[in-house]
This record gives sequence, structure tokens and C-alpha cells, in this order.
Amino acid sequence: MSTSIDKTGTVPAQRSVKPRPPVKEARFGDGGGVLNVFSHGFLAIWAVMIIFPLAWVVLGSFKTDSQINTSAWSWPTEWSFKNFGTAWEKGIGGYFANTLIVLAGSLTLTMLLGAMAAYVLARYEFKGNRPIYFLFVAGAMFPVYLALVPLFFMVRNLGEISPYLGLNSYAGLILVYTAYSLPFTVFFLHSFFRTLPTAIHEAAMLDGCSHSRAFFRVMVPMAKPGLISVGIFNVLGQWNQYILPVTLMQPTSAGEADHSMLAQGLVNLALQSGYKSDAPALFAGMTIAMLPVLVVYLSFQRQVQSGLTSATLK
Amino acid sequence: MRHGKYPFIVGFLFLPILLYVGLVLWPYAQTFGYSLTDWSGQSQEMNFVGLDNYTKLLGDEVFLGALWHNLLLLAVLPVATILIALFFAFMLNVGGKGGTGGVQGVAGAAFYKVVFFFPQVLSIAILAVLWQAVYRSDAAGLANGALIKLGLVDPQHPMEWLNSPNLVLWCIMGVLVWGGVGFYLVLFSAAMQSIPKDIYEAALLDGAKRGQTFFKITLPLLWETIQTAWVYLAIVAMDAFALVASMTPGRTYGGGPDHHSELMSTYLMRNFLAFGEAGYACAMGVVIFFFTLILSVVSLRVTRRERIEY
Repeated sequence: MSTSIDKTGTVPAQRSVKPRPPVKEARFGDGGGVLNVFSHGFLAIWAVMIIFPLAWVVLGSFKTDSQINTSAWSWPTEWSFKNFGTAWEKGIGGYFANTLIVLAGSLTLTMLLGAMAAYVLARYEFKGNRPIYFLFVAGAMFPVYLALVPLFFMVRNLGEISPYLGLNSYAGLILVYTAYSLPFTVFFLHSFFRTLPTAIHEAAMLDGCSHSRAFFRVMVPMAKPGLISVGIFNVLGQWNQYILPVTLMQPTSAGEADHSMLAQGLVNLALQSGYKSDAPALFAGMTIAMLPVLVVYLSFQRQVQSGLTSATLK
Repeated sequence: MRHGKYPFIVGFLFLPILLYVGLVLWPYAQTFGYSLTDWSGQSQEMNFVGLDNYTKLLGDEVFLGALWHNLLLLAVLPVATILIALFFAFMLNVGGKGGTGGVQGVAGAAFYKVVFFFPQVLSIAILAVLWQAVYRSDAAGLANGALIKLGLVDPQHPMEWLNSPNLVLWCIMGVLVWGGVGFYLVLFSAAMQSIPKDIYEAALLDGAKRGQTFFKITLPLLWETIQTAWVYLAIVAMDAFALVASMTPGRTYGGGPDHHSELMSTYLMRNFLAFGEAGYACAMGVVIFFFTLILSVVSLRVTRRERIEY
């Protein structure tokens, strides 16, 4: 109804009618409207395709076994948290703790060792600098499957030296995660340290700073944006890791504690529930595994997205 | 200034190199050696058998099928993911109706970018469990439930998604594309945003249409990013272990029904941990390595264009 007024009315008259946002012009010539409806529709459908399965799982964690197993469209009748308790008892809590322990260790170690190696390789001239750098970078190209079999036996042998390092041990997995994260971390931070100005570093050295003090007090704080980018990359990479824990975190004897990572434990639970049929506990387990990550992501989504893209595009 | 330089260098490099060489490079090198033996993995006993494992691979129907499935993934996954992601990225960054000549995305672009990225932060194994529930072969699965609601599928005979030999690999691909699009959308968005707006504005003044600006400006300036995306997706296509191992039927590490979703990675793991054929599994690891290597070299060569500076 307002469009007819707009078309007939002159410009000053139009202004006097009522204040309204400026008329949006279609750019890119004609036909934009049709394409816009089309693309909006497609975007909306895709958004539903992402959100709906996730919401469906969260809803499923409140359903009863028979509700889940009869129809996809049943609505939970009682909103109790019983299923979450069952899932927790089945080990989800422990898997979560295992993952956090390993991630805390491997992330700290990856960032520390990666930054140290990258810094020395980027800013010091010495014999063998280039070969060592290329040795590191080459590792980023190789698929992990190439190493899997010997790695298993290597870690098993480490376990004979000390039970804290072997198969199904936190420290063993932390070392493996760190080792496999080093190539990319060194590669990324190497180019980052090269871009930092030399003047501040030199001034610190003239003031009597030692080499390692200059690194920790001057260079690391200056490299913070790069460290955050590669840190996010490593958090997601190690969090999403599946093949390494499946290979390395298996109990070697019957009585050994289950040190499964969250993803691994959940898959085991899913394969199990195929026989035992405890779908509600499985859905609750998935919800426990998903929600904290989504909450963290939603709070830091800008950093996560920009960190990951800058790490990838390097 | 030079004081203590070498002790410092050695001190800082010692641990990283020790860890990296010990746990990454040395196993890589060992695999080549083990692939020439008949090692079972259980005992220390192994005999040198030359290239026997490799000739055995050439006659192994299951492995050749797995290789074919990997190649199929490789042909479909990058194309599908990149096309959808590019389309979305264009819509979200320059496809919207601008104000007075400005270049911007459609309304709600920020929301879409956040939501589409969700699958990236959830572990792929968690997504596998989720999609297993979606693809259930009875009416309780979300996919079947939706199709029954729409009247496209008979409730008495729901679709056998993951149990059907012809569908199972496409179901896996669907999940990979579903999960991957968000990340590449964000990647392409970042690249598009670094393209100066005045290029678009100049093109608009010259009367360029939406399609023209996309093919003549956006695509050429994005080429390097697309190339990166291609390499990353090729690596994903060579892997896909978590999805197949946890979603598909089959004895230890999935691959069913009847090897119709078998991948080189799942077959490697089964030979190593279930069949006790460590040497044979190592030979598969070497094949995967050469495929990945050839792929990254080829895709970097083929997609090479002159770098455009702006």
C-alpha cells in the first residue's frame, strides 16, 4: 500500500508523509530480487539442516527408550534429567575429564615447544637451520596413517620404560599429540616470528636480557595474535582427534582403567547401545559432549573463526 | 649479544626435535621398512618378503574397492563442498542488496556464518554418532521420519540408509559436505572481505551484473584460497576414518555392508588391529602416503595461477 504512494508522490511530499528507512535499491541490475529470495531460502534451509539434528538430539536426551525407538517425531513427556545421570554413570564424565587432562597437557606442550623451535629457527642464524626447518615442515604433508603401526609399538615400548608413558596413558598420548602438532605449529609461528620487528628485541638484549629471557618476556607477548591463531587450530585439531586415541588408548590388560577420550568413549557407547539399546543415555551423552563446546564456541566465535582462517591461509 | 648463543639454540631445539623425530619421523621411516616384511605385529618375528605385500594389495579386491571409494570421495567431496561454500560466501558477503551503492551481504549474514560453522567445533566422532541416529533404518530415524512425514516414503518400508550398498557411501559424503561447508564458507568469506570494495563499485558503475562480478572479479581473486581448500578437502577425502568406522555396519571399524563403504584407512586398521597383519597394513599406509603426496602436488600444480596482488 505504501509503495503506490511512493511511486506517485514527489520526493518532498514523500518525506513529509512519514519518516521511513531509505528505499533499498536492487544492485547488480535486474533480477536481484528473485535470486535473493532463492538464496535466502537456501541459506535458511541449510541453517535448519544444521540446527535441527542438534536440537533433535538434545530433545532425545529427555525422551524414554520407547519414545526414541518408535517415532522420530515424539515429544518428550517428562523433562527429567535421569538420562544424563545414566550417561554420566556409563563413563561420559570420566571421558570428558580424560579429554580435558590430555588437551591441557598437549596444548601447553605444543605451544611451548612449537614456539621455542619456531623462534630459534626464525631468528637465529646457525648451521643446519634450513634443513631442520624443512624437516619440521615436511611432517605436515604426511598422513598419520603412514606412521600408525610403528607408532603403536613405539608407545608400547615407552610403556615398558615407564608405565606412565605407554599405551592407555595420559602422558603417552600428550607426547604423541604434541609431536604430531609440531610441524604445523612450527611452520605457522616461524613465519609469524619473522614478521616481528627486530628493534625491540635488540634493545632488550642491549639492556642485558639473556636469550631465553628475551624470548619469554619480549617475543612471546609480541607474538600473542599468532599464538592465539595457532592455539585455536590446535585445540580443534586435538579435540577432534580420533584415530590416534583409538589406536593408542586401549587397555592392554583387563583390569586397566578406561582412559578413553570423549569422542572415542561416545562411539563405543553408541556401538554398545546397538545391542543393549539405551538410546536415551546415548542421546544424553551426546548432549553432554556437544553443549559445552557450542557454548564456548558461541562466546568466542569471532576469535575461533578468524584464528582458524588465518591459520589455514598461511 | 653473541654471548651464549649456541647453548641457547641447542637448549631450545633439543626437546622439540627429540619428540618430533622420535614419534613422527622415525615411525614414518619405519613404516616403509615394515611394509617389506611379513610381520604380524604380535611377535618380534618378521621376515623380509620384498614387494610381496604390494603385489598382494594389487590382487586384494577389498583394498581395490576401498581405493575406488577413496577416489570417488576425492572426486565428489571437494567439488560439492567448494561449490556450496562459494555460493554461500558470495551471498553472505557481496550478494545482498546494498544501501547506496555499498557492497554487503544479505541480511542475517553474521547469524548464518556462526550457525554453519557449528559442525566444525563438534568432534567428527560425535557427529558420526549423531548421524547414525539420523540415518536409522526404521521410522525412528530423523531422515526416515522426515520423509515419512512428507509422504515420500512408505512407513512400512523405510529407507535402509546405511545398510543399503548403493546408498551408504553417499550417506557418508552427505555428512562430510554437511560438516565441511561452514568452514570453507568462513575461509572464502575472509578472502572475499580482503578484496577492496572499490573494485566492485567500479564494476557496478560499468554496468556489471551480479554473475559477471562473481566470475570476473571474485573468482579470480579467490583462486589461491580455493586451491588451499582443495588440498585440505583432498586430505579429508583420504581419511574419513571416524565416520565410516563408527557409522557403517561391518566387523571392526565398519566398512559395510559387504565392503561397500570400505576405505583404505578402515581396511588398514582392521588388518593391523584385528587380523594381525602389521606388515600388510604398513604397505597400505605407504600407498595412502603416496596418494596424498601425488594429490597435493597435482592440485598445487593444476590450480596454479599467477598471483594477483591488490
